[in-house]
Amino acid sequence: MLLLGNEAIARGAIEAGVAFTSTYPGTPSSEISTNFFQMARESELYFEYCTNEKIAMEVAAAAANSGVRSMCVMKHVGVNVAADALMTLAYVGVKGGMVILSADDPFMFSSQNEQDNRYYAKLAGLPMLEPSSVEEAKEMLPYAFDLSEKLQEPVLFRTTTRINHSSGVTTLGEIKKPNSKGNFTKDPLNLVVVPAVARNLHVKLLKNYDSARELAEKSEYNITTGSGNWGIICNGVGYNYVRDSIKDLDIENKVKVLRIGFSHPLPPSLIKDFLKGCQKALIVEEGEPYMEEAVKALAQEDGLTLPINGKTAGLFTRLYEYNPAQVKQCIAKYFDLPHTPPAAVDLSDVPPVPQRPPTLCAGCSHRATYHEVKKATEGMDTIFPSDIGCYTLGLLPPLSAADFLICMGSSVGTAGGFAQVNDQKVIAFIGDSTFFHSGIAGLINAVFNNHNFTLVILDNGTTAMTGHQPNPGVDMTQLNMEGYGKVSIEKVVRAIGVEHVTVIKPYKVKKSIEAIKESISYEGVSVIISEEICALYANALKLPKHKPFHVSDKCKNHKTCIDSLACPAFYIWQDRVKIDANLCTGCAVCAQICPENAIRPVKTEAQAQGH
Amino acid sequence: METKRLVIVAVGGQGNLLASSVLGEAALLAGIPLHMSEIHGMAQRGGVVESSLVFGDAESTIISDGEADLLVGFEPAETLRAIGKCNADTVVITNLAPLMPYTVNIGQGVYPDLKELQDLIRAKTAKLIAFNAAALAKEAGNPLSVNMVLLGSLTQAGVLPLSVDEVKVAMRTKTKKAFLDSNLKAFDLGFAAAESA
Repeated sequence: MLLLGNEAIARGAIEAGVAFTSTYPGTPSSEISTNFFQMARESELYFEYCTNEKIAMEVAAAAANSGVRSMCVMKHVGVNVAADALMTLAYVGVKGGMVILSADDPFMFSSQNEQDNRYYAKLAGLPMLEPSSVEEAKEMLPYAFDLSEKLQEPVLFRTTTRINHSSGVTTLGEIKKPNSKGNFTKDPLNLVVVPAVARNLHVKLLKNYDSARELAEKSEYNITTGSGNWGIICNGVGYNYVRDSIKDLDIENKVKVLRIGFSHPLPPSLIKDFLKGCQKALIVEEGEPYMEEAVKALAQEDGLTLPINGKTAGLFTRLYEYNPAQVKQCIAKYFDLPHTPPAAVDLSDVPPVPQRPPTLCAGCSHRATYHEVKKATEGMDTIFPSDIGCYTLGLLPPLSAADFLICMGSSVGTAGGFAQVNDQKVIAFIGDSTFFHSGIAGLINAVFNNHNFTLVILDNGTTAMTGHQPNPGVDMTQLNMEGYGKVSIEKVVRAIGVEHVTVIKPYKVKKSIEAIKESISYEGVSVIISEEICALYANALKLPKHKPFHVSDKCKNHKTCIDSLACPAFYIWQDRVKIDANLCTGCAVCAQICPENAIRPVKTEAQAQGH
Repeated sequence: METKRLVIVAVGGQGNLLASSVLGEAALLAGIPLHMSEIHGMAQRGGVVESSLVFGDAESTIISDGEADLLVGFEPAETLRAIGKCNADTVVITNLAPLMPYTVNIGQGVYPDLKELQDLIRAKTAKLIAFNAAALAKEAGNPLSVNMVLLGSLTQAGVLPLSVDEVKVAMRTKTKKAFLDSNLKAFDLGFAAAESA
């Protein structure tokens, strides 16, 4: 059947008998966990949404150290959050198989950077596997768990967006019954990393590394195909582009290909033997020259002097994702083959098409809060550190509510630094899920060091950006799920010692602006919790709907509504503002800011049609 | 088997991913190898959603500039934005009903003139099939069936190795029962529109 890459990965894991799964959601990995979440409701599989990736790795590491097959799933930057756990988990190792999935995002379709997480395998000394297709991703998972148990180490499983979000025909295998009961044996002299223990464990890790290298030499996922005295070494989705290029360029008899699927440790003998039959070699790998540098070093060990290139000027780049035409062109160029790419159309006379950036939804409560903060700070110099979530979309005009962002939780951390060295009023924004993920420690720091800023916690009751996953502040009974706790953001904030805490309902514009004004005038750390459920989520939960609004005859065309809110439910028709009744959620924020009080609830069909 | 490459572009919410999954299912039924890829990070936030479908003997799941055999645009400005995927032999199908980007609504861009847009695409590609798919979807009884109208047109265009029956069988398994009748009607209207284009 046709499966999305992320569905195939979830399937592969249960075919491997995984019993314990955990995640913090992040694109492009999110659907793997959505599937685990569903499966866990209907089977023996255990799954949990964790507050962040470090916790996700820790819970899974404990399960694996109790002999239970476990898997934690995260996007590439999530591994940064979990890196502290990862580095030393490599020393301690595991008993039951453990797979750590890192979903990398070349081109940054939905990420803040395009770091190449193959270096984590190198840094931690852990084995890494990389599939080239959806089908292979599924097949590779049972292998990954077996490998982990053989080596007694966690295995890193690296995908890229074009694996996660591609679909391919996949044959389903048998589901292996999970063994979910752990059996932890005390062994502190191997499991508690005081320096004396850690010194021994590092020795053990290096031994495991050597064993892993031996396994990589013989792995069925390091494949050589074709024949000839040109060589191409590649990995991941690049392998597909290489295969298509070889066919299109008709060089099947001239070039052999080494596809590396077991990419750390790299197999030295396999690579050297491959190079020995080549006159020249090309390395095709998205991201950093991870293999290229290793292959060149291996060639040097054996005194091989053939040209080896990859990310050389005029060939491949370290930037973004690759595509089939680009790979074909580089192969043709490097091996000096005639090749005329299909002439793409001439774009020189195509007029600029207006941008269509993703935007806050119609009725989004973040838009209301941002508008209110802008109103409350009119005439003030401000700095708005922001964070990661839907609300980052507020960076564009007219809201212009984001001035600085580096990573999850950075709003509150950087707010302290900005406030310390600048005269502007600092107002930071963070979402509910991100606050739990990595905002709390920053807020504690701010209270302790007595920073002077306001933190606005945009609590929309879900992890909206990645597809409405729960977080510790979510009432799980709304999803008909029992057995969960619920953490109150307000209680956490007060317990931390924040002395000025305000809760606002952002759809009440005037009241909210007054409350914000008061909060930002406080010297020290103040927190505003803006509570309103995500409009999309409310729709998904089938909560009662509000009546849509329309623009009545009283409108004098100030366009205050559209100019200050830019809600996507507005449109301009014959130079008049109209409201699309199908999109309008009835939040009534625009109605409250209209100077003529001209925006009214829809009462008739004609009004709904915009008349 | 010859490789055929289809790019579908749409605005979030237009049902591009459902259309792609119907085509995927149809290919599976027809025994045609298929690789598919989608970019849908912020589909629900009004962004652009792009699907690539590669039919036949190929391993890649994405389509480079100039490589599309068929481009289907669910929204005219998005069709124009994706024109770089085309070459002189590409067949282009586009809905002509605009969805204004909010950047235009707040005065940060000018929406392209629809006649000029069609002339440009026609001049650069092998064939342009352009019509108001939103009106046909409404006529079929479901304004949200623009995707099914365009499925009808792209089946008619004959670029892909899929028959009407294969696509319709796939529609039965992949779309909601309650909408099946209006979806099939939408498909037929789209098919007819492409025939007379």
